[in-house]
Amino acid sequence: MTDRSLDKKRPTLDSHQGGRRSRLGAIMGSTATSSVIVILAFLLGFFILGITGFNPIQAFSAMFRGALGSKRGIAETLLSMTPLILSGLGFALAYHCKLFNIGLEGQIAVGAIAASWLGYSIEGLPCVVHVTICLVGACLAGAVWGFFPGFLKARYNIHEVISVIMLNHIAFKVAAYMVSVGGPMKDPTDLMPASPYILTTAKLPRIWAGTRFNVSIFIALAMAFVVWVFLYKSRPGYMMRAVGSNPDAAQTVGISATSFTILAMVLSSALGGLAGGIEILGIHHRLLAQFSPGYGFDAIAVALLGQLNPIAVVASSFLYGVLRSGAVLMQVTTGVSKDMVSVLTATIIFFTSMKEPFARWMKHLFSAIKGHPMIGRSDSHVA
Amino acid sequence: MRGITKTFSQQTIANDSVDLEVGSGEIHCLLGENGAGKSTLMNILYGLYTPDSGTIHIDGKPVSFPSPSHAIAHGISMVHQHFMLIPVFTVLENIILGKEPVKQPLLDRRTAKKEIEELSQRFGLDVDLSALVQDISVAMQQRVEILKMLYRKARIMIFDEPTAVLTPQEVSDLYETMNTLKESGNTIIFITHKLKEVMDISDKVTILRHGKTVATVNTKDTTPTELTRMMVGRDVLFSDQSPVSVEGPPVLDVAHVTAKDSLGRTAVNNVSFSLHEGEILGIAGVDGNGQNELVEALTGLRSVEEGSIATHGVELAHRPTKEFFAAGIAHVPADRLKRGIISDFNLCENLLLGHQYQRRFNKRCLLDNAAITAWAKEILGQFNVRYACTTMKAGNLSGGNQQKLVVAREIQRNPTILIAAQPTRGLDIGATQFMRTSLVELKSQGKAILLVSLDLQELMSMSDRILVLFEGAIQGEFRKIDGYDETAIGFLMAGGNHD
Repeated sequence: MTDRSLDKKRPTLDSHQGGRRSRLGAIMGSTATSSVIVILAFLLGFFILGITGFNPIQAFSAMFRGALGSKRGIAETLLSMTPLILSGLGFALAYHCKLFNIGLEGQIAVGAIAASWLGYSIEGLPCVVHVTICLVGACLAGAVWGFFPGFLKARYNIHEVISVIMLNHIAFKVAAYMVSVGGPMKDPTDLMPASPYILTTAKLPRIWAGTRFNVSIFIALAMAFVVWVFLYKSRPGYMMRAVGSNPDAAQTVGISATSFTILAMVLSSALGGLAGGIEILGIHHRLLAQFSPGYGFDAIAVALLGQLNPIAVVASSFLYGVLRSGAVLMQVTTGVSKDMVSVLTATIIFFTSMKEPFARWMKHLFSAIKGHPMIGRSDSHVA
Repeated sequence: MRGITKTFSQQTIANDSVDLEVGSGEIHCLLGENGAGKSTLMNILYGLYTPDSGTIHIDGKPVSFPSPSHAIAHGISMVHQHFMLIPVFTVLENIILGKEPVKQPLLDRRTAKKEIEELSQRFGLDVDLSALVQDISVAMQQRVEILKMLYRKARIMIFDEPTAVLTPQEVSDLYETMNTLKESGNTIIFITHKLKEVMDISDKVTILRHGKTVATVNTKDTTPTELTRMMVGRDVLFSDQSPVSVEGPPVLDVAHVTAKDSLGRTAVNNVSFSLHEGEILGIAGVDGNGQNELVEALTGLRSVEEGSIATHGVELAHRPTKEFFAAGIAHVPADRLKRGIISDFNLCENLLLGHQYQRRFNKRCLLDNAAITAWAKEILGQFNVRYACTTMKAGNLSGGNQQKLVVAREIQRNPTILIAAQPTRGLDIGATQFMRTSLVELKSQGKAILLVSLDLQELMSMSDRILVLFEGAIQGEFRKIDGYDETAIGFLMAGGNHD
């Protein structure tokens, strides 16, 4: 304790570099862990395809060709990335406050309802304004949908998983009712259970001729940055993480766990709502019952594989986008059911839940590979 | 144990070629400051950690313990600082867990009960076998832990700071038990950083400092002063008395406060006092007599049923914690890990807690990391916190350094009132002294300090006045100017009546 004051300058300098190094190391470590998880999942996929009599190389190459081998494939991959990024961010955000938002699928649905209603019922607006109104409306709808479970959790300690699963079912049924025969949003001129098409001013501009590709991916990428800044650079994000990491300590310094629990749930659900709105404005252009193929549930895997880091969520969304958009071609050309994707997804979730031991093994592996130089620098790795 | 080395990360060498030789049938103290490597060494012996190098011999034979079950098989047992008991199991169930006698296919409770009753009689360990662990006192839980060791036929018993949670009377009971254990041939390793305990109970003592063995000496050949020197590497003066101050105007008025504990029982019962500028007011009492609830009530963490808490005329009862802080009350919580720090947060993030609204840490709408880090470095240096880098997690600091961080953070609020709940619990001599000096310094700056402590010595040396709390009510008040009467205070702490 006494020697510390003597050489105060030097250790501070060292420690700063140490901090940099360790943070970089941590990022590399988690990236490596996630990569290994994905590789293992694919290896298991190889194995399963092999024993069920398919050619795994053919199947997977068809998948990648489907997802990345053509203009249309790339567009579709990016398109399915968009809702995955947004809802993955939503899940990660809530999880930083120790909330398990499994209700993103429902929040997507209410966001979609709001966006399509605003999309076809408001006339005479310039495109930018109309789109903004629709997306803000989608966010608000999601936020309201998330407020209730957040409030119940914060005020009465009702577990959010229970309440959001219930709210999911309500949201699905409400969406189905809206576009059912006689429903308030049903397009009477169409036999399909769907709402009227949104106006052109509400559509997200398609910017790649011959594909459905639109500007939505840029909104999603911007949101990833915004969420990252919110979590790690902003005051409310910091306070929210404090509540998530140790609610007692947060309360002891006067941070209200109640408010931040609600805030986390509201923001998380708003991202879900935004994902729903963007799907409508960018792709479907009308509300359809059951338009989401489960993005809100894949979001959990996306966020966990991305280790809850907003930027990494983009990377894991890309992987999931590839799986989703490539699956069709794989099924058509090789006969492998596109449900193979679900197997891969499930495997990834399974391995992700084992990530602690994985990380440990990785560390051992690394220090074994690096070996002597490490020992030269410090003796902590001497076995 | 010979040449034991254990490192945790590049920065921390917990044990550096430590040697420890313990003779059979002796009480051997392992003395050292927090972070000296005592617990690490014992966890190695108990098989919780594997050493990087070094060997362990028992009865001359080399052994290795990849896991605690191997250590237990060699008759090694440990009472951890935090007891390893299952709260919803009965005492009996806890004791037999892991070595259950069976009469196929059922548990043979009767045999177990008989055997344990015999042990408890022989060693004077009074426990209620049918009670649930969550309902019994801490001292009884400790006896359960000891019975657990005896039931497993342990010969080498490790006690990790066993007295930290006990009252003076319970401590002397524990000593008696330890002596009985010794007489029946058991070897006891007693981890502590309290010199008095070493002198009271041990036959031999090994001193660790900064992960290295300093020396092993016979207790009767040494003195506390010598031990201190070996332990901290310098002489420490124990004259940390805080001078009696002139009573200033009251800054905190507590009137008829009643509060309930989490189970709805009255824990704070009609407590009234006022805290004056420039004084240290001590709250004495045996653990569990409403201290925690009182502190929580005074910081807005627990709602009061009745009564008023006012500072400078501002009524705070029923207000949120935020307003208590705004009114100038700072809080050093008793449970560091639960309430003091956020283990997963780095040092900067921890220091920022409660300061996040300050304009200097906010740039436009974001937090100004550069300003926060610069400030954090300054504060950590000022408070002598030993750390590797500001981005390390607070959970990786040693207990004493975590406490310094909490105190530093709270003092930085520039409070008028500091509520310090057991600020020196579990701290080594160096850190304790630092903590006490800080409190006395704050007092001399005119701050009002409420010091809640289980350590009566500490209270008597630090406080201008002492209030004794028993079952949530104030039993009496003592003043330093009148001279403290330890027996009288102890009498009230134990529930004795003033008259």
